[in-house]
Amino acid sequence: MNYHWDWAVFFKSTGIGDEIYLDWFVAGLGWTVAVALVAWCIALALGAVLGVMRTLPNKALSGVATAYVELFRNVPLLVQLFVWYFLVPDLLPERAQVWFKQELNPTTSAYLSVVACLAFFTAARVCEQVRTGIQALPRGQTMAAMAMGFSLPQVYRHVLLPQAFRIIIPPLTSEFLNIFKNSSVASLIGLMELLAQTKQTAEFSANLFEAFTLATLIYFVLNMSLMKGMGWLEKRVAVPGLIGSGGK
Amino acid sequence: MIRFNSVHKWFKDLHVLNDINLEVKAGEVVVVCGPSGSGKSTLIRTVNQLETISQGEIWVDGVNVADPKTDLNALRAEVGFVFQHFNLYPHLSVLDNITLSPIQVKGMDKAAAEARAVQLLEKVGLAHKKDAFPAQLSGGQQQRVAIARGLAMDPRVMLFDEPTSALDPEMIGEVLKVMKDLALSGMTMMVVTHEMGFAREVADRVVFIDHGQVLESAAPAEFFSAPRTERAQQFLRQVLTPMR
Ligand SMILES: Nc1ncnc2c1ncn2[C@@H]1O[C@H](COP(=O)(O)OP(=O)(O)OP(=O)(O)O)[C@@H](O)[C@H]1O
Ligand SMILES: [Mg+2]
Repeated sequence: MNYHWDWAVFFKSTGIGDEIYLDWFVAGLGWTVAVALVAWCIALALGAVLGVMRTLPNKALSGVATAYVELFRNVPLLVQLFVWYFLVPDLLPERAQVWFKQELNPTTSAYLSVVACLAFFTAARVCEQVRTGIQALPRGQTMAAMAMGFSLPQVYRHVLLPQAFRIIIPPLTSEFLNIFKNSSVASLIGLMELLAQTKQTAEFSANLFEAFTLATLIYFVLNMSLMKGMGWLEKRVAVPGLIGSGGK
Repeated sequence: MIRFNSVHKWFKDLHVLNDINLEVKAGEVVVVCGPSGSGKSTLIRTVNQLETISQGEIWVDGVNVADPKTDLNALRAEVGFVFQHFNLYPHLSVLDNITLSPIQVKGMDKAAAEARAVQLLEKVGLAHKKDAFPAQLSGGQQQRVAIARGLAMDPRVMLFDEPTSALDPEMIGEVLKVMKDLALSGMTMMVVTHEMGFAREVADRVVFIDHGQVLESAAPAEFFSAPRTERAQQFLRQVLTPMR
């Protein structure tokens, strides 16, 4: 094979302004992190609410949460992205449509679509983890808390959720990593995150292997640090004897 | 203090509580015993409405607990409950287990709640364990913390559902001792237990139930020496004759 390896490519000029290829990777990583972190915060909050709803005695509330999970888990992520990007804006009221399609710059509208998509998709998965965590707790915990005069919201706030979240840190960690990996779908609607920048570098420089090697490395280091961070958190909040916590 | 008026409860076809009429006066200690599945847990849980009833009335300190208008959270804050399996909150230290409800339900300030918790821990002999987590305690210690947790709300009544039956034999005594001290201090208590020594020594009255019916209700001396029903006699032979 007649491939010309050149690891110095990242420091070469892209020919656009005085940017070098490495700048593209930095900008791409920036978007990837901005998409994943914001979507994760929304997914965590929404998923926690839905997860609690699924465990409530109220049939209507748990039914709504169940329907949500079925919908968002059973439609492929890419389909969901195209719905958020191409379809949802058309359903907005007139004024918001004009704003989204004309006044907003294309990068921002792509960013909003992909954040919404990943947040709602991941919330369904977080919901299931939270539900499992709550249901894994002995019934005696709820009974003891009720017997002490707690209202149902207080039971969740002080007794069930603090235990459930400790138990589910490991599966939540993998959802957190997934949202970073899944953020690469953004490249399909033109958001220049890490994968899109990698493809562009490959095309511009013809150093395809170097570009994808660097991207792989960045994703790998990113995921390893997230895992370390979550491992640290798990130890921080560990409590002796609580199953699933990393304390012992 | 507690009064059952013709209380019935069904689980589908199962008549778990069948026309219960019972009174526990202020300061009284009533022991409830009976064979497994006779409805003891169901009965004691109806007092703070952890179980609802199908028919009848239960009055606790002048409040009809089965009335849908009754504020159950307020009722439960006044009624302590000790479970067979302790049910301490595993994610909280001993001290936080005890102070959680006083702070969150009664709005007590933290310092006052902690001072009170330490007092109660001294009473049950566990002040030195205040920073431990439940998993680091023996069963007997956990149950004593659970009793302190119940007392921290300054309840009018304490309910116990087989507080010693999940414990290793050598730990039963320490828990019964705490309960006896509590009884001597004048607490109103309803205790489901098979510890007949405790019943004989501490109870003002022993209630025997079978198939959801109160078959006997008598002073311990009378109940143990001359049980009136055949089933109580049979039950007593079983629990009093050591099988080992
Ligand atoms: N939630 C429920 N649904 C249906 N049946 C129940 C329920 N809870 C208890 N029962 C049944 O009601 C009966 C009385 O149960 P309960 O727990 O009150 O008995 P118990 O006297 O406390 O027994 P034990 O000594 O085993 O604790 C049993 O036959 C039990 O199987
Ligand atoms: Mg029972």
